[in-house]
Amino acid sequence: MTSFLSVKDLHVEFPTDDGLVSAVNGMDLSLERGETVGLVGESGSGKSVTTQAIMGLFKDSKARVSGTIDFEGTDLISLSENRMREYRGKKIGMIFQDPLSAMHPFYTVGEQIAEAYRVHNQVSKKAAKEVAVDMLGRVGIPAARSRADSYPHEFSGGMRQRAMIAMALVCEPELLIADEPTTALDVTVQAQILDLISGLQQETNSAVIFVTHDLGVVAELCQRVVVMYGGQCVEQAPVRTIFREPGHPYTRGLMASMPALSDETGRLKPIPGSPPALLDLPKGCLFAERCEVAKLLPEGLCREERPLLRIHGDHEVRCHAHERGLLAVGGPSAAGNMKGESADV
Amino acid sequence: MSEPLLKVTGLRKHFTVRKGLARQASVVKAVDGLDFTLERGKTLGLVGESGCGKSTTGKLLMRLLEPTAGSIALDGRDVASLRKDELQSFRRRVQMVFQNPASSLNPRMTVGSAIAAPLAAQKITPPEGVKKRVQSLMDRVGLRPEHANRFPHEFSGGQRQRIGIARALALEPDVVICDEPVSALDVSVQAQVVNLLKDIQDELGISYIFIAHDLAVVRHMADDVAVMYLGKIMEHGSRDQIFGDPQHPYTRSLLSAVPSVELGAGSKDRIRLQGDLPSPANPPSGCVFRTRCPAYALLPEEKRLLCRDEIPTGSVACHHPDAPLLEIPAAATTLV
Ligand SMILES: Nc1ncnc2c1ncn2[C@@H]1O[C@H](COP(=O)(O)OP(=O)(O)OP(=O)(O)O)[C@@H](O)[C@H]1O
Ligand SMILES: Nc1ncnc2c1ncn2[C@@H]1O[C@H](COP(=O)(O)OP(=O)(O)OP(=O)(O)O)[C@@H](O)[C@H]1O
Ligand SMILES: [Mg+2]
Ligand SMILES: [Mg+2]
Repeated sequence: MTSFLSVKDLHVEFPTDDGLVSAVNGMDLSLERGETVGLVGESGSGKSVTTQAIMGLFKDSKARVSGTIDFEGTDLISLSENRMREYRGKKIGMIFQDPLSAMHPFYTVGEQIAEAYRVHNQVSKKAAKEVAVDMLGRVGIPAARSRADSYPHEFSGGMRQRAMIAMALVCEPELLIADEPTTALDVTVQAQILDLISGLQQETNSAVIFVTHDLGVVAELCQRVVVMYGGQCVEQAPVRTIFREPGHPYTRGLMASMPALSDETGRLKPIPGSPPALLDLPKGCLFAERCEVAKLLPEGLCREERPLLRIHGDHEVRCHAHERGLLAVGGPSAAGNMKGESADV
Repeated sequence: MSEPLLKVTGLRKHFTVRKGLARQASVVKAVDGLDFTLERGKTLGLVGESGCGKSTTGKLLMRLLEPTAGSIALDGRDVASLRKDELQSFRRRVQMVFQNPASSLNPRMTVGSAIAAPLAAQKITPPEGVKKRVQSLMDRVGLRPEHANRFPHEFSGGQRQRIGIARALALEPDVVICDEPVSALDVSVQAQVVNLLKDIQDELGISYIFIAHDLAVVRHMADDVAVMYLGKIMEHGSRDQIFGDPQHPYTRSLLSAVPSVELGAGSKDRIRLQGDLPSPANPPSGCVFRTRCPAYALLPEEKRLLCRDEIPTGSVACHHPDAPLLEIPAAATTLV
């Protein structure tokens, strides 16, 4: 059976004056209807570029895209820009990381949401405006009717982000890609937005890719987590597994660097080192340079040979050490801020 | 006692917006009477719901907006009355990391030149040292040397945010207003940047106004915390007091709404605020929080009356700070 969305061996490269930037390097991702997948990973690891490729945003650019993006049996990579437009908005909706760049400065927020709705729905301008006002209310904009007449610059950062969310949700897309949709939102509004997204999802049985660095949101909203590093999937598993038994050393480091509200105020523990140079990718494991565990393995293995994504039931990990069973379950850093609760998610 | 570095008194900013075909005017009270001080080498955390006036406060402190009323003093000197030469030095001493890094960067300027621009303009670093300084700043925020030649659109969201931080720190300012400086960063890079901000504070004695909705990060960064609602400060106290012993019903609800990675904690034992945030164009009379207050809901009628009066000034802007809160199961308040 094929999945609703199946991304295989996706590569995205950007030519620059200094050479080719390999932003996505063989990314795999699949998704079923009704499912919410969390996409997490280091800043610059290729999360936004992956989702932008799914939206077909590199069609007319100098970026080089290869691999397959199968959406309900259609390969999106081979579609022309014109055909792709039929998919954007209605079939695949996107909440962009940067709301200002996705909104027009000279139209009011209400007009823009109404227009987005009218592209796929044959209704009068007036009816579309009503839909827009209703949606602005649902994303928690106070006095939505009058604020619909504001311009984007008259909104606060979080209000703009919510306007962006309203614009994507109003089309009720079958696949919603949300790129850091709640970064500018405080916890109460965030909770409201998460409820709204999961409510709409249940109503329409749509699928959601949720890009976020907020692991609390992941734990709450997602069924499955995909961890990216250096433009690849390095681990994927059900939410519970990721938090309880993270497999990849990068995932473990990520868990350990999280500040906790209940924690003391000491120094935070980032993963030492920096991400790989995308202009000149290392031959072996992309994380090897920063990896604690690489030392335990035969001389040079991690640096010479790129590990494969190995499947263990519903848990996939790309790591030589994990493959050889050298990582203790619930490893050193996994204990960090996790409280081993037994309740089901 | 010496003078605070920054002293804000009665600060207000009201925007007039025109809407609809008739272009009727209404007034948005974005910031409505703030008083606070910031000491040298200290961090004041500014938290509160979206739209409560945090960024507007930051822009007022930067003098990017003119206040409607109130005053801001830096080293005891009212910043509204600065002479031209003093303004130049003010512009060096007070910097901001903007909430929207993309819009604060010139799209046609490479990132290296963008970070170098303030250095060149202020002529503190000799021209031959500028390049080195830019490289070292980029290195400290975790960007690679080759990134200097690229344009803003060629960066990821989190990388752009770090460019903004490097630029704000370039001139070794006295005050940096950090408006959601780490919101787009994954936890590991976030930890790196938070540590960097703290190290630089220790080295140079910088003060920060730290605006963030991530309360765990605020707890790590801030010495004092001010909690804002509809342009006003609801509660103001030391970090330990705000997080350990919050008094105001608003602070208590905010803290309980934080999503948790403790599996199974779920959303059941959270206090969710009911109803919509009132419009800042038409805030409730008396206590502005009363329409959504989880304590008000349980108060007997005679105690409620008091809430219609102006809120008391002081560290807790509440008439009944120790009243019990109504706990609302999450399901009952979902929006759909
Ligand atoms: N147009 C471009 N030209 C050159 N490099 C690019 C371009 N767009 C993105 N990149 C690079 O590709 C890499 C992946 O970027 P992407 O935006 O996907 O990261 P991300 O995982 O979304 O990070 P963040 O969490 O910071 O948003 C980054 O190193 C970025 O600098
Ligand atoms: N130029 C403007 N014209 C009209 N209203 C404005 C303008 N700038 C801000 N506002 C309004 O002032 C209020 C406060 O905005 P501000 O940007 O300070 O909020 P914030 O606390 O930073 O919120 P967020 O967390 O969403 O960034 C909002 O209601 C906003 O719509
Ligand atoms: Mg991104
Ligand atoms: Mg703001």
